[in-house]
Amino acid sequence: MYGRKVKLRFFFIFLAIVTLALSIFLILKSLEENVVYFKSPSEIKIDAEIDKKKMRVGGMVKKNSIKIVSQDVKFVITDFKNEINVVYSGAVPNLFQEGKGVVAEGYLKDRNFFLATKILAKHDENYMPPEVKEALEGK
Amino acid sequence: MFKYFEPNKVFSITSKAPKYVLIFFIIIVSIGLIEALILSPEDYKQGNSVRIMYVHVPAAWISLGIFSMITFLSIFGYIFKIKNFFLIAKSFAPSGFVFNIIALVTGSIWGKPTWGTWWAWDARITSMLILMFFYALYLISWRIYENKDQIYKITLIITILGFINVPITKFSVDWWNTLHQPASINIFTKSSIHESMLFPLAIMTAAFALFSLLIFLMKYNTELIKIKNKGLDRI
Repeated sequence: MYGRKVKLRFFFIFLAIVTLALSIFLILKSLEENVVYFKSPSEIKIDAEIDKKKMRVGGMVKKNSIKIVSQDVKFVITDFKNEINVVYSGAVPNLFQEGKGVVAEGYLKDRNFFLATKILAKHDENYMPPEVKEALEGK
Repeated sequence: MFKYFEPNKVFSITSKAPKYVLIFFIIIVSIGLIEALILSPEDYKQGNSVRIMYVHVPAAWISLGIFSMITFLSIFGYIFKIKNFFLIAKSFAPSGFVFNIIALVTGSIWGKPTWGTWWAWDARITSMLILMFFYALYLISWRIYENKDQIYKITLIITILGFINVPITKFSVDWWNTLHQPASINIFTKSSIHESMLFPLAIMTAAFALFSLLIFLMKYNTELIKIKNKGLDRI
């Protein structure tokens, strides 16, 4: 139905896309460490090196863990397996709440202690009106 | 099947259609804006800043969709040697580029009150920025080259390279930890967005799609006029 040239061009494009997709996949795979925006407390427990490099930890703010001590905000980030204590001094975003997602940027002092220089609130994918939220909680 | 394409017949459509598409767009966008800004509820957590989503999400969808479309048009144009496909792709690109910028800007405006930052180098946001650069490269390459065959080849390469980025953008939130939240709308599972917010989102998406169609028709019409006037540059 189609000429030889058409088939060749089709094959050429097909090969080009497969080659490109594979090489980009491999590049991203090897760069995974840098592509992720933050690490979970569990990942930090396993493999993080305690060094001077800036890094980010993300997870949930543990319920009833936020304490305000003079200038500092102290709280616990958890991924429900492991936890890490965070200390931060400064203003926190409005959506920073207990039981909600958070990303802390700063320095790891030891396996359990993180000194944050910046706090970002992570929003989850749930969108609903307040009445629906109340109804859900009432259940 | 593509051989029977007649510029004159198409021209009679593209020169008249924009009027009607414009009227339709104004109606839909008015309904969409009333829904999104007034009638839809506040979010339990974000409050009123959820309304930015009704512009941000459709803009991001449309820009990704248009880039995929111009890639397929360029590929089919190349394989079957249909120059018209390249012109259609060229006419679609500007609105995709504009929606890409809108998605980035509205995302930034939403990010400041929600996350506490204007910008984060996470996978979703960065890949969207890369897509914007690919759009820019695509549009510029139509302007700097004179020779049509050269343009077709270069835009084909740019679209294929940029297209690899499209699934990366889409799935970045699932593959890696990102600051950006995962998709709320899933085709196969229940969406994590309440119905009262889904409706304005759908209307705004339709409105933006119509706007892209409108800009496309106007751009494509201009291309056809150029061909007619020159009389040389046959499709």
